[in-house]
Amino acid sequence: MARASTAKPAKGAAKPTPAPASNRERPAEPVRYEASKDELMAFYREMLLIRRFEEKAGQLYGLGLIGGFCHLYIGQEAVAVGLQSALEVGKDSVITGYRDHGHMLAYGIAPKLIMAELTGREAGISRGKGGSMHMFSVEHKFYGGHGIVGAQVSLGTGLAFKHKYANDGGVAMAYFGDGASNQGQVYESFNMAELWKLPIIFVIENNQYAMGTSVNRSSAEDQLYKRGESFRIPGLQVDGMDVLAVRGAANTAVEWVRAGKGPILLELKTYRYRGHSMSDPAKYRSRDEVQAVRDKSDPIEHAKRDLEALGVTEADLKDLDKEIRKIVSEAADFAESSPEPGLAELYTDVLVDTY
Amino acid sequence: MAVELKMPALSPTMEEGTLAKWLVKEGDTVKSGDILAEIETDKATMEFEAVDEGTIASILVAEGTDGVKVGTVIALIQGEDEEAAAPVTKAPEPAPAPKTEEPAAAEAPKKAASGTEKLASDAKAVVADPDIPAGTEMVKTTLREALRDAMAEEMRADDRVFVMGEEVAEYQGAYKVTQGLLEEFGPQRVIDTPITEYGFAGVGTGAAMAGLRPIIEFMTFNFAMQAIDHIINSAAKTNYMSGGQMRCPIVFRGPNGAASRVGAQHSQNYGPWYASVPGLIVIAPYDAADAKGLLKAAIRSNDPVVFLENELLYGRTFDVPKLDDYVLPIGKARIMRAGKDVTIVSYSIGVGLALDAAEKLAAEGVDAEVIDLRTLRPLDTATVLASLKKTNRMVVVEEGWPTCSISSEILAVAMEQGFDDLDAPVLRVTNEDVPLPYAANLEKIALVDVDRVIKAVKTVTYKG
Repeated sequence: MARASTAKPAKGAAKPTPAPASNRERPAEPVRYEASKDELMAFYREMLLIRRFEEKAGQLYGLGLIGGFCHLYIGQEAVAVGLQSALEVGKDSVITGYRDHGHMLAYGIAPKLIMAELTGREAGISRGKGGSMHMFSVEHKFYGGHGIVGAQVSLGTGLAFKHKYANDGGVAMAYFGDGASNQGQVYESFNMAELWKLPIIFVIENNQYAMGTSVNRSSAEDQLYKRGESFRIPGLQVDGMDVLAVRGAANTAVEWVRAGKGPILLELKTYRYRGHSMSDPAKYRSRDEVQAVRDKSDPIEHAKRDLEALGVTEADLKDLDKEIRKIVSEAADFAESSPEPGLAELYTDVLVDTY
Repeated sequence: MAVELKMPALSPTMEEGTLAKWLVKEGDTVKSGDILAEIETDKATMEFEAVDEGTIASILVAEGTDGVKVGTVIALIQGEDEEAAAPVTKAPEPAPAPKTEEPAAAEAPKKAASGTEKLASDAKAVVADPDIPAGTEMVKTTLREALRDAMAEEMRADDRVFVMGEEVAEYQGAYKVTQGLLEEFGPQRVIDTPITEYGFAGVGTGAAMAGLRPIIEFMTFNFAMQAIDHIINSAAKTNYMSGGQMRCPIVFRGPNGAASRVGAQHSQNYGPWYASVPGLIVIAPYDAADAKGLLKAAIRSNDPVVFLENELLYGRTFDVPKLDDYVLPIGKARIMRAGKDVTIVSYSIGVGLALDAAEKLAAEGVDAEVIDLRTLRPLDTATVLASLKKTNRMVVVEEGWPTCSISSEILAVAMEQGFDDLDAPVLRVTNEDVPLPYAANLEKIALVDVDRVIKAVKTVTYKG
């Protein structure tokens, strides 16, 4: 059994990356981001929105309003918020796997549209035809939302290919989990991305468990940030439970990639509090392990302490929490009361053109 | 005793070639490994090496000769120790003249003729394509040139179009289909990939989602099995899953179906596989004009297209209309030959067999109509049913397996929607239901052929 402490690298900065094996240029060691009070408040707000949104989604699932697979992001909020705060919505592309609600919220996509998709309603972002795992917003350059483990890594490499082809200055960020990091196409993509110097940030969200299989039981090299080394892709290991450490690493990565130096790999050490999906009883780890992470390294509590140190009062945070709860509850009401798609929608959007 | 040098087969489908250049002359001494000549196939110029030692006794085919059949004796090498070996060869020596006649017959069993030879047909449509304006000038074009021209024209017209795949750029295409594209469009738009089908199919699909118009070449569709997840799960389903928000305008193209003597893993028709998937367009042209007009349409389509070519047809020459912008409609079958007694439906290489069969049947008084489906999804059932209404009898020809095939789909459509028009059960003529064997004789009996088509037509017309 993995110890809770493995979920939490040393506080503050990520652990130093070992000396390079060659004299190839490497990215600078990331430094923890020094956020202003307003910036940190914004991060806190987004993380809280994701947390409350996911809690509500869990409730709606329990009530039978959300069906199928539903993978919650609770515990991992600092990753999407910290990384995407360094990107430009509508210019830089983001793609992820099936655990996608958090990445969408962190890219400014309306909670109502996401929640209504989860309940399978016409007003959902995919008009009710995608569901939890298949949501997209081309306008934001959020490209899903993919249900096949690892597929988003090659697709994300294609997004980066487009940025380079069109020379539009954008970068692509492709998220995948510790489980997906053992898929073959991830390495096919690493190879092409480095060969063609594509502007892509590969992000491994290492939440320690690929469904029920721990990293140690599935990965011969469990230091996943090293997985790009044989393709000459530099890797950084980052404390994914500290939003400012995440943002610091994001800055390093974005700088590297935008400078045309090719891809970079980030391993974010994080933890999901809930099961793999709603139907996962999570017998593969103890309650104590989960509780220990919640108590010691919760990303939202961490940011809260930092905010208090910057002079934010308990009352301010209470007000914010109220506001967030209102947004989420409105999203849930919308998602419950919106109509299901019309039956004619069954046949729409199979093809774009008419033949 | 002189060793005969014969025109070599330099690829599985090569039947003849050009003896471009001799690098030795009569009287030269050669040893194993020396380059003797350059031979041009329809795909590339290859060097021809000596495997024997000796002196070039005579050159029988002059350089620059076109259309030299595989197996033709092109030169004789006199062995160095001919005299020492003389006693052994004494017996046949008194009759050198007949000997030169003999080899063809004597060595016939050694030449393992491919079963795919019987698939090769030069048959052409008898009825003009209504999509081509009357009086249009026709240009003799090979199918591979037609495909290349389609890509080049669309690349000139739209910056978003690019070609990616194994050996498409510097090598000029494994089957020479992308020849010349690198020179015209440069390495930004004609991109060699590593051997990594799943990966580059995903990269192409992602680029299409982001707004580009990729043409992804698979060296053969057999290798696309490694990538089928992206074709189906990523490309075909995206528009639907996104509620019409995220498109995937991509073309996956390459040779499909049986090639020649390449065995089971390299010989399969994926038409039925892809045609079963909603969200995909599946095209399988027969002649060069269709290949050009339909590939251009595929590149312009806003939907993901699987474009199935056939290696055995690449080198065939057909008439292609000389038009500035020849684009054909997707989803429309074509009547290749009009007839009243029976309808033969086919697609891709099977169309040639259907046309050949129709010609032979005509001599026996059976007037067959031949339909080329051209697009496998969406299927033009209206054209098929209209023909059935006219002829009341139908045979479907498919170079592929029978089970869950395009043929079985046509049979189902005929039964469900054309039952009252049927005077006989619809028959399918397909490959045998086995992995394609390597042995020439087995390969031959595993594949569809004209005789089987004729037999099926006779059965449904009650003339068998």
